[in-house]
Amino acid sequence: MGNESEGRPVILSRGARTALAAVMALGLAFVYVPLLVVLISSFNTDRTFGWPPSGFTVDWWQRAWHNEGAREALLTSVKAGLGATAIALVLGSMAAFAVARYQFFGREVVSILVVLPIALPGIVTGIALSNAITTSLEPLGVEFGLFTVIVGHATFCVVLVFNNVLARLRRTGGSLEEASMDLGAGVFTTFRHVTFPAVRSALVAGALLAFALSFDEIIVTTFTAGASVQTLPLWIFSNLARPNQAPIVNVVAAVLILLSVVPVWLSQRISSDTAGGRL
Amino acid sequence: MTRTKLLAITAAALIALTACGDDGGDDASADGGDTGTSTDQGFTPPDLKALDKLGEPEGEVNIVAWAGYVEDGSTDPAVDWVTPFEEETGCQVNVKTAPTSDDMVNLMKTGQYDVVSASGDASLRLIASGDVEPVNTDLVPNYADVFEALKMKPWNSVDGVAYGIPHGRGANLLMYNTEVVSPAPDSWSAVFDDASANSGKVTAYDSPIYIADAAVYLMATQPDLGIENPYALDDEQFQAAVDLLKEQNAHIGEYWSDYTKEIQAFKNGDSVVGTTWQIIVNLAQADKAKVDAVLPKEGATGWSDTWMVATKSEHKTCAYKWMDHIISPTANAQVAEWFGEAPSNSKSCAETADAKHCETFHADDEAYFDQVWYWTTPISQCLDGRTDVQCKDYGDWTTAWQEIKG
Amino acid sequence: MSQRDTRQPSPARRLSGVLHRHPVLRLTLLLAAPMLVLVVIYLGALAVLLVSAFWTTDDFTGEIVHEATFDNFRSIVTTEVYRTVTLRSIGVAAVVTLICAVVAFPMALFMAKVASPRSRRVLVVLLLTPLWASYLVKAYAWRAMLAGEGVVNWALAPFGLAGPGFGLTATVIVLTYLWLPFMVLPVYAGLERLPDTMLEASSDLGAKAGRTIRSVVVPLAFPAVVAGAIFTFSLSLGDYIAVQIVGGKSQLIGNLIQGNAGAANNLPLAAALAAVPILIMVVFLLGVRRTGALDNL
Repeated sequence: MGNESEGRPVILSRGARTALAAVMALGLAFVYVPLLVVLISSFNTDRTFGWPPSGFTVDWWQRAWHNEGAREALLTSVKAGLGATAIALVLGSMAAFAVARYQFFGREVVSILVVLPIALPGIVTGIALSNAITTSLEPLGVEFGLFTVIVGHATFCVVLVFNNVLARLRRTGGSLEEASMDLGAGVFTTFRHVTFPAVRSALVAGALLAFALSFDEIIVTTFTAGASVQTLPLWIFSNLARPNQAPIVNVVAAVLILLSVVPVWLSQRISSDTAGGRL
Repeated sequence: MTRTKLLAITAAALIALTACGDDGGDDASADGGDTGTSTDQGFTPPDLKALDKLGEPEGEVNIVAWAGYVEDGSTDPAVDWVTPFEEETGCQVNVKTAPTSDDMVNLMKTGQYDVVSASGDASLRLIASGDVEPVNTDLVPNYADVFEALKMKPWNSVDGVAYGIPHGRGANLLMYNTEVVSPAPDSWSAVFDDASANSGKVTAYDSPIYIADAAVYLMATQPDLGIENPYALDDEQFQAAVDLLKEQNAHIGEYWSDYTKEIQAFKNGDSVVGTTWQIIVNLAQADKAKVDAVLPKEGATGWSDTWMVATKSEHKTCAYKWMDHIISPTANAQVAEWFGEAPSNSKSCAETADAKHCETFHADDEAYFDQVWYWTTPISQCLDGRTDVQCKDYGDWTTAWQEIKG
Repeated sequence: MSQRDTRQPSPARRLSGVLHRHPVLRLTLLLAAPMLVLVVIYLGALAVLLVSAFWTTDDFTGEIVHEATFDNFRSIVTTEVYRTVTLRSIGVAAVVTLICAVVAFPMALFMAKVASPRSRRVLVVLLLTPLWASYLVKAYAWRAMLAGEGVVNWALAPFGLAGPGFGLTATVIVLTYLWLPFMVLPVYAGLERLPDTMLEASSDLGAKAGRTIRSVVVPLAFPAVVAGAIFTFSLSLGDYIAVQIVGGKSQLIGNLIQGNAGAANNLPLAAALAAVPILIMVVFLLGVRRTGALDNL
């Protein structure tokens, strides 16, 4: 029984559905109110986030536009994000294939190992890597810089790609690949024509989450960046402390939020399953 | 199942093992008191040489400094003594502000910075660890005009060897909200014995060195403890200071190390009384906060800062040029007025915008600064000269500070 | 009949053949790079850090003294402040995780089972977008909101109430706010996989919505909730920035680690303190293996 609306059966009572909708609305409000505060503050004449706002000005937006430090930091963050995502894509999918398609001793260990960088607190990862670089790698000539930042980010971005690809591989099963090989396609051809298209959207979802995580990461970055590299979060950190610069940070944040809708929306269109991707 | 049990048993065994066993004791391996050329600072500095002569400016200089010391116009367009320096020498200035001396020592350890504005509680540590080298004062022409009282002091020299260029000095003040805290306080009791009047809105500097402020208060209120020097505290004196601070903790709203957070807190009314620097008072007042500051009658802790050159610096010429610039009469006057401290260059008193600046800040008044206890690193060899007891060293202060914050 | 193809196979084809015949080789090649990075670089760095926990620092010069000793671990276990802070941090992390789970579950249920497919997409976008807003900016926004003259007090004033101000409550609120999407997404993914037929069957058997949710949905979604809990728990356990911004004078274990690794320049003690959350999380991960949460991430 139950009338069908938009093709799906009604499975919960109206009361339950209304209650859930209410919680959803409240949840979304909770999530977005502080962001609105940020947006409004970026127009506030008062530099120290007083409330209610004392005046309206677009001065901060103008100054943000001309702020070189912000632009450089943005570029550095993008570079770091792309680097970390690339590494994560390669390593994550390789590990996912290994775990999904093969039975071997220590398969569970691989899963845990991949999760570990993101499961352990950022500060632990941060000081571990920083210490390792200072004691073991600097004598070898590896210096703090963009490279160390990328490596640091890659360690916890791998799991995001890994989970998405693994979930997809588990769902599609290996039979298509077997069939392809039975028909005479080699390993590489099978990958190109059969496997890759199947996991492509999982790769995109994973890549997007990895990039987002790397882009906003501050704790591990603080410890692996050194003096010369400033990613956007580091720039924000040092500028939120300075009275004249703090409102500019609000502007940067507001811009990021508005711009980020685009890639997120795109990834949703591309991915065939509506799940937001595996964390 | 068995694996988790094994893990639990191992963990428990490990904990039991470490909890028992005799206390290895922390040896103060800092004293080089027995070997060769020791100093009365209680350690032997590494054998390093100062720079011989200046070369070509290297094009950049990386500075670790207190917020407000290296202004390039980004805080306030009218406040800029960096751009003239960059234009004159071609040395691009990259500054990293640090909130506490501990952070500065740490940053200098990375070897990525060239020059640092070290307070007395950082300078000796930097010298002892070899992170900074002696300074050749002949290469700094403006050094000749520095007040004699600041040259070759225990915190910026060892065994007659100069390790830095004096920057300026000042005292930590008591800031209060003029509307909430009235009548105007004149004693540190506002944050200690009487802190309960403003419970939850008291603030204090977030660094172990703040223990000295409690000791300064005890010098006046509990003279039978016999504290002569707030950085030379034996077990009993130290415990008294720590207890005082634990009592204070109950009334603290938040500790501050980032000066903008303190400005915001006073502006919002989240903090109404606490320690401060003059620059914070100035900026808060400029932002229409109803605050004022006073040097309480018990005296105060303070700082006498020194510019020091990193041993591993790759930009030493620019570093020396920066030091010469920052103590030049004009720049030294500018920074002293902006930060609210006494300048180190005697000629800058003629260049301050406020003609009475040097007078207000007691630039030449040694009697005044006798009441100000410059930040100094506590060591186990008592700084007040006592030899019959061991004093608490900075490691003890750090551990105690974490306990105080709870 | 077709002629025998006598061309030599291309190198790619030959390699493909080799790989096809030797699955172990394939596996090794696949695992080599990820394991190299994770084991050598990550685990290696962790090991080096934990080894330094057995050393001490000279108090004056700050140089590390390379003599093995249990001093650091002893002081962690015996000093009261470390015990208090550890328990406080675990408490905060647990509370945040609980609140996140309670709030996220209805939201995820709505998205998975009630919302139409098109609005589902919109909702996911709405939930993912704030992840791009800087963590710091969000924390400072909350600082402004919770300040004496901030939004929260201003909104509650007409009712005669006041906001929590800065402190542990504020820290919990902010951490919950920051990590909520990390709980909603895995739970949503898990609920999406739950077949509608199960719920239909349950209601056919006479269960009302509440009963269905309690007895059917929650147990099946539990692994997904645990998966989300891994994130919220670990992210809260090690956090030191949010508590510095809105926590007033509170300290969590992340602050102690960061303080010792940084300003206090006592890396061995910081490493010893870091061993605590490592231990907690490893135990947590080993424990949740059985719930199947790791498949739900």
